Amino acid sequence: MRVEDPDSISKSPDGRPDAEQPAWREQFPIDWPTDDFRSRRDFTKLLGLTSLAFVVGQIWIAFLALKRRTLSAPEREVATLEELPVGGSKVFDYPRAGATCVLTRVGPDRFVAYGQKCTHLSCPVIPRPEKNCLQCPCHDGVFDLATGEPLSGPPRRPLPRLKLEVRGGRVFAAGVEEGVL
Amino acid sequence: MNLPSFARSQRLTIAAGILCFVLILVVLQLWLLTATMESFLSGSDAIVVPAALASIGCLALNFGLLHFFLRKLDR
Repeated sequence: MRVEDPDSISKSPDGRPDAEQPAWREQFPIDWPTDDFRSRRDFTKLLGLTSLAFVVGQIWIAFLALKRRTLSAPEREVATLEELPVGGSKVFDYPRAGATCVLTRVGPDRFVAYGQKCTHLSCPVIPRPEKNCLQCPCHDGVFDLATGEPLSGPPRRPLPRLKLEVRGGRVFAAGVEEGVL
Repeated sequence: MNLPSFARSQRLTIAAGILCFVLILVVLQLWLLTATMESFLSGSDAIVVPAALASIGCLALNFGLLHFFLRKLDR
């Protein structure tokens, strides 16, 4: 019994051989197996482009990390000891306008400052020195006042912490210790 | 290297295999990207470069498979 080559089953409507068919015929096959092959090929091409997009994303993050490492935030005065009693707080912009931070005096000589945006959905957090925490009113997220680490609620990442220096009765912000403002 | 000419059903099976492998690599890249973003936003840069290199490796593998698919298998 003669077995027909499975690759030569298809015949074009005009009966001419494959080599004489127009280029578009290759993209619109007549039978299902060839059509399945084409659709798998096109989907794999799309996945290749997606893979390239992910690499572009990774390189972009690496670029941002390098930029963050090389650019140091300027030192700036943010408060004086007289204006901030123990347990008091002050909101200020650092290192640029719109990047709101909150400074809290937790002891006579101890200050802490964090970015005010909650790491869950960016609501402003409120210091609660009496409970030793910062609280986000939107979804009741709670952060440790001493470290900025999340204690309860939806946030999973710590608040960005600022480096502080106290000199001559004035408090200076001198860079970001951890996190992104 | 000259590859043997595959029958249509064989080519379809090889294409499905390549597609599955590429899909797994792309999902791996997606996981790498989300993990790197999470780490970057929490202030740590330690995994940024290794993750980028791993992702580039996955891309090279994907392009190699695509090259085989488009230049060798689809002929």
